[in-house]
Amino acid sequence: MTALTFTLNKQLLFNINCSAVNPSNLAKKSMSEIASILINHGKNQLRVDEIFEITGKDTQNILFKNTNNKLDYLGANMTSGCVTVEGDAGAYLGFGLKNGKIHCKGNTQAFAACNMISGLIQIDGNTGDFLGGASSGLRKGMRGGTVIVKGNAGDRTGDQMRRGLILIEGDAGDYCASRMIAGTIGVLGEVGDYACFNMKRGTLLLTRLPTLHATIQDCGSHTLPFLNLMFKSFAPFNTKFSNIENPRVQRFVGDAACNGNGEVLLLLQGQ
Amino acid sequence: MIINGVQIDDTFAEAFNMRGTRVIITAQNLKWAYHAANAMTGFATSVIGCGVEAGIERELSEHETPDGRPGVSILMFAMGSKVLMQQLETRMGQCILTCPTAAAFAGIASEDKINLGKNLRFFGDGYQTSKLFRDANGIAKRYWRVPVMDGEFLCEETTGMVRAIGGGNFLILATSQPAALAAAEAAIVAMKKIPNVIMPFPGGVVRSGSKVGSKYKTMFASTNDAFCPTLKGTTNTELSPEIESVMEIVIDGIGFEDIAESMRVGIQAICDLGKSSGVKRISAGNYGGKLGPHHFKLHEIMGNPTL
Repeated sequence: MTALTFTLNKQLLFNINCSAVNPSNLAKKSMSEIASILINHGKNQLRVDEIFEITGKDTQNILFKNTNNKLDYLGANMTSGCVTVEGDAGAYLGFGLKNGKIHCKGNTQAFAACNMISGLIQIDGNTGDFLGGASSGLRKGMRGGTVIVKGNAGDRTGDQMRRGLILIEGDAGDYCASRMIAGTIGVLGEVGDYACFNMKRGTLLLTRLPTLHATIQDCGSHTLPFLNLMFKSFAPFNTKFSNIENPRVQRFVGDAACNGNGEVLLLLQGQ
Repeated sequence: MIINGVQIDDTFAEAFNMRGTRVIITAQNLKWAYHAANAMTGFATSVIGCGVEAGIERELSEHETPDGRPGVSILMFAMGSKVLMQQLETRMGQCILTCPTAAAFAGIASEDKINLGKNLRFFGDGYQTSKLFRDANGIAKRYWRVPVMDGEFLCEETTGMVRAIGGGNFLILATSQPAALAAAEAAIVAMKKIPNVIMPFPGGVVRSGSKVGSKYKTMFASTNDAFCPTLKGTTNTELSPEIESVMEIVIDGIGFEDIAESMRVGIQAICDLGKSSGVKRISAGNYGGKLGPHHFKLHEIMGNPTL
Protein backbone atom coordinates (compact mmCIF):
# COMPACT_ATOMS: atom_id res chain seq x y z
CA MET A 1 0.00 0.00 0.00
CA THR A 2 1.40 3.41 -0.95
CA ALA A 3 1.98 6.06 1.69
CA LEU A 4 -0.85 8.49 2.31
CA THR A 5 0.68 11.61 0.76
CA PHE A 6 -0.24 15.21 1.49
CA THR A 7 1.29 17.59 -1.04
CA LEU A 8 0.99 21.25 -0.04
CA ASN A 9 -0.62 23.13 -2.92
CA LYS A 10 -1.75 26.33 -1.25
CA GLN A 11 0.16 29.51 -0.45
CA LEU A 12 -0.29 29.82 3.30
CA LEU A 13 -0.58 33.27 4.86
CA PHE A 14 -0.60 31.93 8.39
CA ASN A 15 0.94 29.01 10.19
CA ILE A 16 -1.42 26.05 10.47
CA ASN A 17 -1.73 23.36 13.12
CA CYS A 18 -1.32 19.97 11.41
CA SER A 19 -1.74 17.83 14.54
CA ALA A 20 -4.96 16.31 13.21
CA VAL A 21 -3.09 14.79 10.27
CA ASN A 22 -1.12 11.99 11.90
CA PRO A 23 -1.33 8.17 11.69
CA SER A 24 -3.13 7.76 15.01
CA ASN A 25 -5.83 10.25 14.06
CA LEU A 26 -6.35 9.02 10.55
CA ALA A 27 -6.49 5.31 11.29
CA LYS A 28 -9.85 3.81 10.32
CA LYS A 29 -10.95 7.07 8.63
CA SER A 30 -12.20 6.98 5.04
CA MET A 31 -10.61 9.19 2.39
CA SER A 32 -13.62 11.50 2.40
CA GLU A 33 -13.42 11.85 6.18
CA ILE A 34 -9.71 12.65 5.94
CA ALA A 35 -10.32 15.20 3.21
CA SER A 36 -12.98 16.95 5.27
CA ILE A 37 -10.91 17.46 8.41
CA LEU A 38 -10.90 21.16 9.24
CA ILE A 39 -7.71 23.08 9.97
CA ASN A 40 -7.59 26.64 11.31
CA HIS A 41 -5.99 29.15 8.97
CA GLY A 42 -6.09 32.62 10.48
CA LYS A 43 -9.73 33.39 11.22
CA ASN A 44 -10.99 30.80 8.78
CA GLN A 45 -11.17 27.04 8.69
CA LEU A 46 -9.99 25.12 5.67
CA ARG A 47 -10.60 21.51 4.69
CA VAL A 48 -7.49 19.37 4.43
CA ASP A 49 -8.10 18.87 0.72
CA GLU A 50 -8.15 22.67 0.25
CA ILE A 51 -4.57 22.81 1.57
CA PHE A 52 -3.11 19.54 0.38
CA GLU A 53 -3.46 17.32 -2.62
CA ILE A 54 -4.13 13.89 -1.11
CA THR A 55 -2.94 10.66 -2.73
CA GLY A 56 -2.14 7.15 -1.48
CA LYS A 57 -3.92 5.07 1.13
CA ASP A 58 -1.67 3.86 3.96
CA THR A 59 -2.72 5.92 6.98
CA GLN A 60 0.10 4.44 9.07
CA ASN A 61 2.70 5.77 6.67
CA ILE A 62 2.15 9.45 6.01
CA LEU A 63 4.23 11.58 3.64
CA PHE A 64 4.19 15.38 3.51
CA LYS A 65 5.55 16.92 0.31
CA ASN A 66 6.37 20.46 -0.81
CA THR A 67 6.30 21.57 2.82
CA ASN A 68 7.49 24.81 4.41
CA ASN A 69 7.96 26.28 7.87
CA LYS A 70 4.30 27.26 8.23
CA LEU A 71 3.27 23.69 8.98
CA ASP A 72 3.28 23.47 12.79
CA TYR A 73 2.65 20.44 14.99
CA LEU A 74 3.48 17.86 12.33
CA GLY A 75 3.22 14.40 13.91
CA ALA A 76 1.99 15.84 17.18
CA ASN A 77 0.68 13.41 19.80
CA MET A 78 0.87 10.43 17.47
CA THR A 79 1.01 7.01 19.08
CA SER A 80 2.01 4.82 16.13
CA GLY A 81 3.04 4.83 12.50
CA CYS A 82 5.50 6.84 10.51
CA VAL A 83 5.52 10.44 9.27
CA THR A 84 7.99 11.65 6.65
CA VAL A 85 8.35 15.34 5.85
CA GLU A 86 10.01 16.02 2.52
CA GLY A 87 10.97 19.63 3.14
CA ASP A 88 10.95 22.04 6.07
CA ALA A 89 8.63 21.85 9.04
CA GLY A 90 7.24 24.53 11.30
CA ALA A 91 7.36 24.66 15.08
CA TYR A 92 6.43 21.86 17.45
CA LEU A 93 7.42 18.97 15.17
CA GLY A 94 6.59 15.77 17.09
CA PHE A 95 4.93 17.68 19.93
CA GLY A 96 3.98 15.17 22.67
CA LEU A 97 5.01 12.24 20.46
CA LYS A 98 4.04 9.02 22.25
CA ASN A 99 5.31 6.46 19.77
CA GLY A 100 6.19 6.01 16.12
CA LYS A 101 8.75 7.67 13.89
CA ILE A 102 9.04 11.12 12.34
CA HIS A 103 11.63 11.88 9.69
CA CYS A 104 12.00 15.51 8.61
CA LYS A 105 14.31 15.87 5.64
CA GLY A 106 14.58 19.65 5.94
CA ASN A 107 14.84 22.20 8.74
CA THR A 108 12.39 22.79 11.56
CA GLN A 109 11.41 25.79 13.64
CA ALA A 110 11.51 25.92 17.44
CA PHE A 111 10.15 23.45 19.98
CA ALA A 112 10.76 20.26 18.00
CA ALA A 113 10.20 17.19 20.21
CA CYS A 114 8.55 19.43 22.80
CA ASN A 115 6.89 17.29 25.54
CA MET A 116 7.91 14.16 23.64
CA ILE A 117 7.28 10.91 25.56
CA SER A 118 8.61 8.13 23.33
CA GLY A 119 9.39 7.26 19.71
CA LEU A 120 12.01 8.55 17.29
CA ILE A 121 12.45 11.89 15.50
CA GLN A 122 15.15 12.41 12.90
CA ILE A 123 15.81 15.90 11.53
CA ASP A 124 18.19 15.97 8.59
CA GLY A 125 18.60 19.76 8.59
CA ASN A 126 18.78 22.34 11.37
CA THR A 127 16.31 22.83 14.17
CA GLY A 128 15.33 25.87 16.20
CA ASP A 129 15.37 26.76 19.88
CA PHE A 130 14.00 24.64 22.72
CA LEU A 131 14.58 21.27 21.05
CA GLY A 132 13.16 18.69 23.48
CA GLY A 133 11.94 21.42 25.79
CA ALA A 134 8.70 21.94 27.63
CA SER A 135 5.71 23.86 26.38
CA SER A 136 4.81 27.03 28.22
CA GLY A 137 3.73 26.44 31.79
CA LEU A 138 5.05 22.91 32.05
CA ARG A 139 7.97 22.10 34.36
CA LYS A 140 9.17 19.06 32.45
CA GLY A 141 10.25 18.87 28.83
CA MET A 142 10.93 15.78 26.80
CA ARG A 143 10.19 12.68 28.88
CA GLY A 144 11.51 9.88 26.66
CA GLY A 145 12.35 8.78 23.15
CA THR A 146 15.17 9.69 20.83
CA VAL A 147 15.86 12.77 18.69
CA ILE A 148 18.61 12.80 16.07
CA VAL A 149 19.59 16.09 14.45
CA LYS A 150 21.99 15.92 11.52
CA GLY A 151 22.45 19.70 11.39
CA ASN A 152 22.58 22.33 14.11
CA ALA A 153 20.23 23.06 17.00
CA GLY A 154 19.26 26.45 18.37
CA ASP A 155 19.42 27.77 21.92
CA ARG A 156 18.04 26.05 25.02
CA THR A 157 18.36 22.51 23.67
CA GLY A 158 16.94 20.08 26.24
CA ASP A 159 15.58 22.81 28.47
CA GLN A 160 13.93 21.06 31.45
CA MET A 161 14.40 17.72 29.69
CA ARG A 162 13.34 14.89 32.01
CA ARG A 163 14.37 11.72 30.16
CA GLY A 164 15.37 10.49 26.70
CA LEU A 165 18.17 11.01 24.23
CA ILE A 166 19.03 13.94 21.94
CA LEU A 167 21.93 13.48 19.52
CA ILE A 168 23.09 16.52 17.55
CA GLU A 169 25.73 15.98 14.91
CA GLY A 170 26.27 19.71 14.30
CA ASP A 171 26.43 22.61 16.75
CA ALA A 172 24.13 23.57 19.59
CA GLY A 173 23.36 27.12 20.65
CA ASP A 174 23.52 28.87 24.00
CA TYR A 175 22.08 27.47 27.21
CA CYS A 176 22.36 23.89 26.01
CA ALA A 177 20.99 21.51 28.69
CA SER A 178 19.67 24.42 30.73
CA ARG A 179 17.50 23.38 33.67
CA MET A 180 17.95 19.78 32.52
CA ILE A 181 16.43 17.29 34.98
CA ALA A 182 17.71 14.00 33.50
CA GLY A 183 18.41 12.26 30.20
CA THR A 184 21.26 12.51 27.73
CA ILE A 185 22.24 15.12 25.15
CA GLY A 186 25.15 14.53 22.78
CA VAL A 187 26.70 17.24 20.59
CA LEU A 188 29.48 16.51 18.10
CA GLY A 189 30.00 20.14 17.09
CA GLU A 190 30.41 23.36 19.05
CA VAL A 191 28.24 24.32 22.00
CA GLY A 192 27.37 27.93 22.78
CA ASP A 193 27.69 29.84 26.05
CA TYR A 194 26.07 29.03 29.38
CA ALA A 195 25.88 25.27 28.78
CA CYS A 196 24.31 23.38 31.71
CA PHE A 197 22.82 26.55 33.22
CA ASN A 198 20.86 25.40 36.31
CA MET A 199 21.31 21.77 35.25
CA LYS A 200 20.10 19.36 37.96
CA ARG A 201 20.98 15.93 36.59
CA GLY A 202 21.54 14.23 33.28
CA THR A 203 24.46 13.96 30.89
CA LEU A 204 25.82 16.31 28.22
CA LEU A 205 28.22 14.38 25.98
CA LEU A 206 30.59 16.63 24.05
CA THR A 207 33.60 16.40 21.78
CA ARG A 208 34.70 20.00 22.26
CA LEU A 209 34.73 21.87 25.52
CA PRO A 210 32.72 25.09 25.61
CA THR A 211 33.43 27.88 28.06
CA LEU A 212 31.81 26.58 31.19
CA HIS A 213 30.75 28.90 33.96
CA ALA A 214 32.33 28.70 37.39
CA THR A 215 29.62 26.54 38.90
CA ILE A 216 30.47 23.58 36.63
CA GLN A 217 33.35 21.79 38.35
CA ASP A 218 36.11 19.73 36.74
CA CYS A 219 36.20 16.21 38.23
CA GLY A 220 39.11 14.87 36.17
CA SER A 221 39.59 12.26 33.46
CA HIS A 222 38.07 8.80 33.82
CA THR A 223 37.24 5.59 31.97
CA LEU A 224 33.56 5.02 32.69
CA PRO A 225 32.20 1.50 31.99
CA PHE A 226 28.63 2.76 31.57
CA LEU A 227 29.69 4.56 28.40
CA ASN A 228 30.13 1.18 26.70
CA LEU A 229 26.43 0.57 27.31
CA MET A 230 25.55 4.05 26.11
CA PHE A 231 27.53 3.69 22.90
CA LYS A 232 25.90 0.31 22.27
CA SER A 233 22.48 1.92 22.67
CA PHE A 234 23.38 4.37 19.85
CA ALA A 235 24.00 1.49 17.43
CA PRO A 236 20.43 1.13 16.06
CA PHE A 237 20.35 4.78 14.97
CA ASN A 238 21.60 6.34 11.76
CA THR A 239 24.04 8.73 13.40
CA LYS A 240 27.76 9.46 13.67
CA PHE A 241 27.44 8.82 17.41
CA SER A 242 27.34 5.09 16.58
CA ASN A 243 31.04 5.31 15.69
CA ILE A 244 32.17 6.42 19.17
CA GLU A 245 33.99 3.67 21.04
CA ASN A 246 36.41 5.21 23.52
CA PRO A 247 34.91 5.38 27.05
CA ARG A 248 37.62 7.79 28.23
CA VAL A 249 36.16 11.16 29.25
CA GLN A 250 36.85 14.28 31.25
CA ARG A 251 33.99 14.77 33.70
CA PHE A 252 32.55 18.08 34.83
CA VAL A 253 29.72 18.22 37.37
CA GLY A 254 27.16 20.93 38.07
CA ASP A 255 25.37 23.24 38.13
CA ALA A 256 26.56 23.94 41.69
CA ALA A 257 24.46 27.11 41.67
CA CYS A 258 21.36 24.95 42.04
CA ASN A 259 23.07 22.07 43.90
CA GLY A 260 22.94 20.13 40.64
CA ASN A 261 24.51 16.77 39.97
CA GLY A 262 24.43 16.89 36.19
CA GLU A 263 27.53 16.05 34.19
CA VAL A 264 29.40 17.18 31.13
CA LEU A 265 31.41 14.32 29.65
CA LEU A 266 34.07 15.52 27.25
CA LEU A 267 35.15 12.64 25.01
CA LEU A 268 38.93 12.30 25.06
CA GLN A 269 40.05 11.00 21.70
CA GLY A 270 43.18 8.90 21.42
CA GLN A 271 43.66 8.28 25.15
CA MET B 1 21.08 -51.34 33.34
CA ILE B 2 24.84 -51.66 32.82
CA ILE B 3 26.84 -49.14 30.76
CA ASN B 4 30.46 -50.01 30.00
CA GLY B 5 30.59 -52.26 33.05
CA VAL B 6 29.05 -49.70 35.44
CA GLN B 7 25.69 -50.60 36.97
CA ILE B 8 22.98 -47.94 36.83
CA ASP B 9 20.45 -48.50 39.62
CA ASP B 10 16.74 -48.56 38.80
CA THR B 11 15.98 -45.58 41.01
CA PHE B 12 15.40 -41.87 40.76
CA ALA B 13 16.69 -38.57 42.12
CA GLU B 14 14.05 -36.55 43.86
CA ALA B 15 14.08 -32.78 43.34
CA PHE B 16 11.98 -29.89 44.55
CA ASN B 17 10.80 -26.48 43.39
CA MET B 18 13.01 -23.46 43.90
CA ARG B 19 13.23 -19.87 42.71
CA GLY B 20 16.26 -18.96 40.67
CA THR B 21 18.03 -16.02 39.11
CA ARG B 22 21.07 -15.32 36.98
CA VAL B 23 23.50 -12.42 37.38
CA ILE B 24 26.28 -11.46 34.98
CA ILE B 25 29.43 -10.21 36.67
CA THR B 26 32.00 -8.35 34.59
CA ALA B 27 35.31 -6.79 35.51
CA GLN B 28 38.48 -5.37 34.01
CA ASN B 29 39.65 -8.93 33.37
CA LEU B 30 38.56 -12.49 34.11
CA LYS B 31 40.73 -12.67 37.21
CA TRP B 32 38.73 -9.96 38.94
CA ALA B 33 35.43 -11.23 37.59
CA TYR B 34 36.24 -14.55 39.24
CA HIS B 35 37.26 -12.84 42.49
CA ALA B 36 33.83 -11.17 42.60
CA ALA B 37 31.91 -14.25 41.52
CA ASN B 38 33.74 -16.58 43.90
CA ALA B 39 33.00 -14.24 46.80
CA MET B 40 29.34 -13.96 45.83
CA THR B 41 28.86 -17.71 45.47
CA GLY B 42 30.91 -18.57 48.55
CA PHE B 43 29.09 -20.21 51.46
CA ALA B 44 26.19 -21.05 49.17
CA THR B 45 26.30 -24.84 49.02
CA SER B 46 22.94 -25.71 50.52
CA VAL B 47 19.77 -23.87 51.45
CA ILE B 48 19.82 -25.80 54.73
CA GLY B 49 22.56 -23.64 56.20
CA CYS B 50 23.36 -20.95 53.64
CA GLY B 51 19.98 -19.60 52.58
CA VAL B 52 20.80 -20.00 48.90
CA GLU B 53 22.61 -22.38 46.59
CA ALA B 54 24.79 -20.58 44.07
CA GLY B 55 27.56 -21.23 41.64
CA ILE B 56 29.36 -19.99 38.58
CA GLU B 57 27.56 -21.20 35.47
CA ARG B 58 30.18 -20.29 32.87
CA GLU B 59 32.69 -17.76 31.60
CA LEU B 60 31.53 -15.03 29.23
CA SER B 61 33.63 -13.39 26.53
CA GLU B 62 33.68 -9.65 25.86
CA HIS B 63 31.10 -10.18 23.11
CA GLU B 64 28.60 -11.81 25.47
CA THR B 65 28.50 -9.20 28.22
CA PRO B 66 26.51 -5.95 28.25
CA ASP B 67 29.51 -3.69 28.85
CA GLY B 68 31.95 -5.47 26.53
CA ARG B 69 34.25 -6.65 29.31
CA PRO B 70 35.03 -10.27 30.26
CA GLY B 71 32.81 -11.83 32.88
CA VAL B 72 31.05 -14.83 34.34
CA SER B 73 27.42 -15.76 34.84
CA ILE B 74 26.17 -16.79 38.25
CA LEU B 75 23.09 -18.83 39.05
CA MET B 76 21.49 -18.51 42.46
CA PHE B 77 18.63 -20.57 43.87
CA ALA B 78 16.52 -20.37 47.04
CA MET B 79 13.42 -22.03 48.42
CA GLY B 80 11.40 -18.82 48.07
CA SER B 81 11.47 -15.41 46.41
CA LYS B 82 11.84 -13.49 49.67
CA VAL B 83 14.99 -15.34 50.71
CA LEU B 84 16.39 -15.07 47.21
CA MET B 85 15.89 -11.30 47.20
CA GLN B 86 17.48 -10.88 50.62
CA GLN B 87 20.46 -13.06 49.82
CA LEU B 88 21.02 -11.50 46.41
CA GLU B 89 21.06 -7.97 47.79
CA THR B 90 23.31 -8.90 50.69
CA ARG B 91 25.78 -10.73 48.52
CA MET B 92 25.72 -8.00 45.86
CA GLY B 93 26.49 -5.40 48.51
CA GLN B 94 29.28 -7.28 50.22
CA CYS B 95 30.87 -9.11 47.29
CA ILE B 96 30.28 -7.21 44.03
CA LEU B 97 30.04 -3.60 45.17
CA THR B 98 33.28 -4.11 47.11
CA CYS B 99 35.25 -5.89 44.38
CA PRO B 100 37.53 -3.65 42.28
CA THR B 101 36.26 -2.93 38.74
CA ALA B 102 33.31 -5.33 39.07
CA ALA B 103 29.90 -4.56 37.55
CA ALA B 104 26.66 -6.54 37.67
CA PHE B 105 23.92 -7.05 35.10
CA ALA B 106 20.70 -9.00 34.77
CA GLY B 107 21.29 -12.42 33.28
CA ILE B 108 17.76 -13.65 32.79
CA ALA B 109 14.57 -12.11 31.45
CA SER B 110 11.35 -12.57 33.37
CA GLU B 111 8.25 -10.64 34.34
CA ASP B 112 9.19 -11.31 37.97
CA LYS B 113 11.93 -8.87 38.90
CA ILE B 114 14.19 -8.77 41.92
CA ASN B 115 16.48 -5.99 43.00
CA LEU B 116 20.05 -5.95 41.82
CA GLY B 117 21.22 -2.36 42.18
CA LYS B 118 17.90 -0.79 43.09
CA ASN B 119 18.77 -0.37 46.76
CA LEU B 120 22.55 -0.61 46.47
CA ARG B 121 22.43 2.78 44.78
CA PHE B 122 21.86 4.47 48.12
CA PHE B 123 25.48 3.70 48.95
CA GLY B 124 26.14 6.62 46.61
CA ASP B 125 24.80 9.03 49.23
CA GLY B 126 23.06 11.21 46.69
CA TYR B 127 25.87 11.20 44.14
CA GLN B 128 24.46 8.12 42.40
CA THR B 129 22.98 8.58 38.94
CA SER B 130 20.83 6.38 36.77
CA LYS B 131 20.77 5.85 33.04
CA LEU B 132 18.07 4.25 30.94
CA PHE B 133 19.37 2.44 27.84
CA ARG B 134 17.64 0.26 25.30
CA ASP B 135 19.25 -3.09 24.55
CA ALA B 136 19.55 -4.69 21.11
CA ASN B 137 15.91 -5.85 21.39
CA GLY B 138 14.70 -2.34 22.15
CA ILE B 139 13.93 -3.11 25.78
CA ALA B 140 14.65 -0.21 28.11
CA LYS B 141 16.83 -1.09 31.08
CA ARG B 142 17.84 1.11 33.98
CA TYR B 143 21.39 1.12 35.26
CA TRP B 144 22.81 2.74 38.38
CA ARG B 145 26.17 4.42 38.56
CA VAL B 146 27.45 4.59 42.10
CA PRO B 147 30.64 6.58 42.72
CA VAL B 148 33.22 4.45 44.55
CA MET B 149 36.90 4.88 45.28
CA ASP B 150 38.10 3.02 42.16
CA GLY B 151 35.79 4.96 39.84
CA GLU B 152 32.17 3.97 39.35
CA PHE B 153 30.24 0.86 40.33
CA LEU B 154 27.83 0.05 37.50
CA CYS B 155 24.83 -2.15 38.21
CA GLU B 156 21.56 -2.90 36.47
CA GLU B 157 18.53 -2.02 38.57
CA THR B 158 16.87 -5.46 38.56
CA THR B 159 17.27 -8.97 37.27
CA GLY B 160 14.68 -11.62 36.47
CA MET B 161 13.49 -14.34 38.83
CA VAL B 162 12.19 -17.64 37.46
CA ARG B 163 10.81 -20.94 38.74
CA ALA B 164 13.60 -23.48 39.04
CA ILE B 165 14.40 -26.95 40.34
CA GLY B 166 16.87 -27.94 43.02
CA GLY B 167 18.16 -31.21 44.33
CA GLY B 168 18.83 -33.21 41.20
CA ASN B 169 21.54 -35.69 42.13
CA PHE B 170 23.34 -38.95 41.58
CA LEU B 171 25.66 -41.08 43.69
CA ILE B 172 28.96 -42.58 42.59
CA LEU B 173 29.77 -45.86 44.33
CA ALA B 174 33.40 -46.94 43.95
CA THR B 175 35.90 -49.38 45.37
CA SER B 176 38.13 -46.63 46.79
CA GLN B 177 37.98 -42.97 47.80
CA PRO B 178 40.45 -41.86 45.06
CA ALA B 179 38.43 -43.77 42.47
CA ALA B 180 35.14 -42.17 43.55
CA LEU B 181 36.67 -38.69 43.55
CA ALA B 182 38.36 -39.12 40.16
CA ALA B 183 35.05 -40.24 38.68
CA ALA B 184 33.24 -37.28 40.27
CA GLU B 185 35.81 -34.88 38.85
CA ALA B 186 35.36 -36.35 35.37
CA ALA B 187 31.61 -35.95 35.69
CA ILE B 188 31.91 -32.31 36.82
CA VAL B 189 34.13 -31.43 33.86
CA ALA B 190 31.45 -32.74 31.50
CA MET B 191 28.53 -31.22 33.42
CA LYS B 192 30.04 -27.72 33.53
CA LYS B 193 29.53 -27.52 29.77
CA ILE B 194 25.75 -27.69 30.19
CA PRO B 195 24.02 -24.30 30.47
CA ASN B 196 21.36 -23.37 33.04
CA VAL B 197 22.71 -25.63 35.81
CA ILE B 198 25.15 -25.39 38.69
CA MET B 199 26.65 -27.94 41.06
CA PRO B 200 26.77 -25.82 44.22
CA PHE B 201 28.97 -27.92 46.51
CA PRO B 202 32.77 -27.60 46.80
CA GLY B 203 34.23 -28.59 43.46
CA GLY B 204 30.70 -29.68 42.55
CA VAL B 205 30.93 -32.77 44.77
CA VAL B 206 29.34 -33.70 48.13
CA ARG B 207 30.75 -36.33 50.45
CA SER B 208 28.21 -35.83 53.23
CA GLY B 209 24.93 -36.84 51.67
CA SER B 210 22.13 -36.64 54.21
CA LYS B 211 18.92 -38.37 55.16
CA VAL B 212 15.87 -36.67 56.64
CA GLY B 213 15.76 -36.71 60.47
CA SER B 214 18.10 -37.78 63.22
CA LYS B 215 18.19 -39.49 66.58
CA TYR B 216 18.89 -36.01 67.99
CA LYS B 217 15.80 -33.85 68.31
CA THR B 218 17.52 -30.64 67.21
CA MET B 219 18.76 -32.12 63.95
CA PHE B 220 16.42 -32.34 60.95
CA ALA B 221 19.03 -33.92 58.69
CA SER B 222 21.84 -36.31 59.45
CA THR B 223 24.37 -38.54 57.74
CA ASN B 224 23.02 -40.90 55.12
CA ASP B 225 24.13 -44.02 57.03
CA ALA B 226 22.81 -46.41 54.37
CA PHE B 227 25.53 -45.09 52.02
CA CYS B 228 28.33 -44.75 54.60
CA PRO B 229 30.91 -47.43 53.78
CA THR B 230 32.30 -47.58 57.34
CA LEU B 231 28.87 -48.53 58.67
CA LYS B 232 28.22 -51.43 56.32
CA GLY B 233 28.08 -53.94 59.15
CA THR B 234 25.96 -51.94 61.56
CA THR B 235 23.21 -50.31 59.52
CA ASN B 236 20.66 -51.18 56.86
CA THR B 237 23.25 -50.60 54.19
CA GLU B 238 22.76 -49.96 50.47
CA LEU B 239 26.36 -50.90 49.76
CA SER B 240 27.86 -54.17 48.60
CA PRO B 241 31.05 -55.38 50.31
CA GLU B 242 33.47 -54.05 47.68
CA ILE B 243 32.19 -50.42 47.89
CA GLU B 244 34.56 -48.32 49.95
CA SER B 245 33.56 -44.75 49.06
CA VAL B 246 30.48 -42.85 47.80
CA MET B 247 30.40 -39.34 46.35
CA GLU B 248 27.30 -37.35 45.44
CA ILE B 249 26.80 -34.66 42.81
CA VAL B 250 23.90 -32.30 43.42
CA ILE B 251 22.48 -30.22 40.57
CA ASP B 252 20.26 -27.12 40.62
CA GLY B 253 18.87 -25.86 37.34
CA ILE B 254 16.44 -23.60 35.58
CA GLY B 255 14.44 -26.44 34.02
CA PHE B 256 13.85 -30.19 34.27
CA GLU B 257 15.50 -30.86 30.91
CA ASP B 258 18.61 -28.89 31.90
CA ILE B 259 19.13 -31.00 35.01
CA ALA B 260 18.33 -34.25 33.22
CA GLU B 261 20.84 -33.43 30.49
CA SER B 262 23.56 -32.54 32.98
CA MET B 263 22.93 -35.81 34.86
CA ARG B 264 23.12 -37.73 31.60
CA VAL B 265 26.46 -36.24 30.52
CA GLY B 266 27.86 -36.61 34.04
CA ILE B 267 26.93 -40.26 34.39
CA GLN B 268 28.07 -40.95 30.83
CA ALA B 269 31.48 -39.39 31.59
CA ILE B 270 31.83 -41.73 34.56
CA CYS B 271 30.75 -44.77 32.56
CA ASP B 272 33.26 -43.83 29.86
CA LEU B 273 36.01 -44.36 32.44
CA GLY B 274 35.01 -48.04 32.45
CA LYS B 275 34.86 -50.72 35.09
CA SER B 276 38.61 -50.55 35.68
CA SER B 277 38.21 -47.04 37.13
CA GLY B 278 36.84 -48.61 40.29
CA VAL B 279 33.33 -47.24 39.86
CA LYS B 280 30.83 -50.07 40.37
CA ARG B 281 27.44 -48.39 40.55
CA ILE B 282 25.57 -45.15 39.95
CA SER B 283 22.59 -44.56 42.22
CA ALA B 284 20.51 -41.55 43.30
CA GLY B 285 19.06 -40.04 46.44
CA ASN B 286 15.34 -39.97 47.02
CA TYR B 287 12.89 -39.94 49.86
CA GLY B 288 10.29 -42.27 48.42
CA GLY B 289 8.72 -39.52 46.37
CA LYS B 290 7.62 -37.53 49.43
CA LEU B 291 10.09 -34.63 49.20
CA GLY B 292 9.59 -33.12 45.80
CA PRO B 293 7.52 -33.44 42.63
CA HIS B 294 10.43 -33.82 40.20
CA HIS B 295 11.74 -37.36 39.73
CA PHE B 296 14.84 -37.93 37.62
CA LYS B 297 14.72 -41.63 36.76
CA LEU B 298 18.22 -42.84 36.00
CA HIS B 299 17.18 -45.51 33.51
CA GLU B 300 15.01 -43.07 31.55
CA ILE B 301 17.75 -40.44 31.49
CA MET B 302 20.48 -42.83 30.39
CA GLY B 303 18.19 -44.62 27.96
CA ASN B 304 17.43 -41.42 26.08
CA PRO B 305 20.62 -39.70 24.92
CA THR B 306 18.63 -37.00 23.17
CA LEU B 307 17.14 -35.65 26.40
